[in-house]
Amino acid sequence: MKIFSEMAIRRVLTGIAFSAIAMLILIILFILKEGLPFIFQIGPGNFLLSSDWSPLNGKFGIFAMIVGSLWVTAGALFIGLPLGLAGAIFLAEFLPRWAMRIIKPTIELLAGIPSVVYGFIGVMVLAPIIRDSLGGPGLSIMAASIILGVMILPTILSISIDSIKAVPNSYREGSFALGATHWQTIHMAVLPAAKSGIIAGIILGLGRAIGETMAVIMVVGNAAKIPASVLDSARPLTANIALEMGYATGMHRQALFATGVVLLIIIMMLNFAANTAIKNMVKK
Amino acid sequence: MDGMNKICISNLNVFWNRVQALSSINLKVPANKILGIIGPSGSGKTVFLRSLNRLNDLIPEIRIEGRILLDNQDIYHPEFDPVELRKRVGIVFALPIPLPMSIYDNIVFGPMLSGVSKKSVLDMLVERSLKSSFLWDEVKDRLKTSAMRLSGGQQQRLCLARVLAMEPEVILLDEPCSGLDPISTAEIEHALTVLKKDYTIILVTNNTKQAARIADNTAFFLMSEMVEIGPTDTIFTVPCDSRTNDYITGRFG
Repeated sequence: MKIFSEMAIRRVLTGIAFSAIAMLILIILFILKEGLPFIFQIGPGNFLLSSDWSPLNGKFGIFAMIVGSLWVTAGALFIGLPLGLAGAIFLAEFLPRWAMRIIKPTIELLAGIPSVVYGFIGVMVLAPIIRDSLGGPGLSIMAASIILGVMILPTILSISIDSIKAVPNSYREGSFALGATHWQTIHMAVLPAAKSGIIAGIILGLGRAIGETMAVIMVVGNAAKIPASVLDSARPLTANIALEMGYATGMHRQALFATGVVLLIIIMMLNFAANTAIKNMVKK
Repeated sequence: MDGMNKICISNLNVFWNRVQALSSINLKVPANKILGIIGPSGSGKTVFLRSLNRLNDLIPEIRIEGRILLDNQDIYHPEFDPVELRKRVGIVFALPIPLPMSIYDNIVFGPMLSGVSKKSVLDMLVERSLKSSFLWDEVKDRLKTSAMRLSGGQQQRLCLARVLAMEPEVILLDEPCSGLDPISTAEIEHALTVLKKDYTIILVTNNTKQAARIADNTAFFLMSEMVEIGPTDTIFTVPCDSRTNDYITGRFG
């Protein structure tokens, strides 16, 4: 009887695990099935390298959106990475333990704020400030970058803090004993040891930045053209899908699925690149 | 330098929260000699060593009273820089902890902090310190591989080499042979007797015979007190205190 129940639990857990994987595979297959034929129909070159997007006239070039996505993601990293890293080092190395117990949950709470709230703050506060002080439409790559940078901050911070805290104290003592100052200890002994965890945090943040939709739609302006500067409006891939899905039919609808395929491929490439980078570092 | 005292400790008290880890230690360490410290575990030997290069500063629960003079300078004086102190007083821990980098980088870590950057000088330091710790022959062909892949005994000798490369004045050793086989132990002991020409060495050991073999002076610690100190010959043949005699002859501890 006991053995039977053990077996049953094992079967059920296996089934659940596989159904999660199956769902992922089905989603990917579905997107590919809807999107790939379209890409080959109008030609990958016309789809990926043209920036002429007017679905009603049969023009489906998403180059501007790819550029928009990359701009916004790079901007988010530009804002979020230095803040996240510096913050993590300060919080993990310099803050007394009791203060950490208050601040860390607060940071993690940041991750729980709905993205629409971030977007709202971006529209009501950030965009006017940018418009008045720097010019341009205000709803811009810069606004989206700042909002996204703050949104990915809790991810980068809390994972980096965990991996810095996981570095054995003996490394710190060893380094201090060799005559290192606190800062030398941090950047020569602690950070190299925590590096793979920190990079994992950055990748997760990156994934969130490139995939974020709601907050981005609200602050980025959504003009389907190649942006000339960070003060310009842009339309990332995610925004393109979400904005037009409601009324798209036929070729137009397929074009949006194809946009999803491109997004998927970009995310997979980023993940792959980051994973290889980590593996290489660990080997060293 | 012979005959001079490198370190003078007067009325040293160390508290870990409310618990007294060391009480009223008075001790002089002559230069270019090996001072052996023996005693059962928990008697305060390690805390004592870590007080000498202010590593205890890193533990907020520890409070230190009393005076430690290194070359007649108070190392706990507010203006005394602990970073400079640790460059002059190196330590080898009981558990070897190489940093997660290559063998070469582990050894040049200290010298590079002191501003040595010339490759030829660093290469020379690496070779010389590895030879002094009898590790050179085993690792000379793989200096660039990770130090974490060395065996326990090799890691311990690497940690000794790492301290030697800093060219300190005092070397503190906390059970440097705990993970070593008898042959490597003999090699380390031989190394120490050679090294004392240039360094002042304080050797904490659980192995009383080791102290008898190489220490010039020996101190016996018991339950956070220093019971007795004297020339090694005297301590091991005619100790003043009966507790020392009991410990050495293996009747307790």
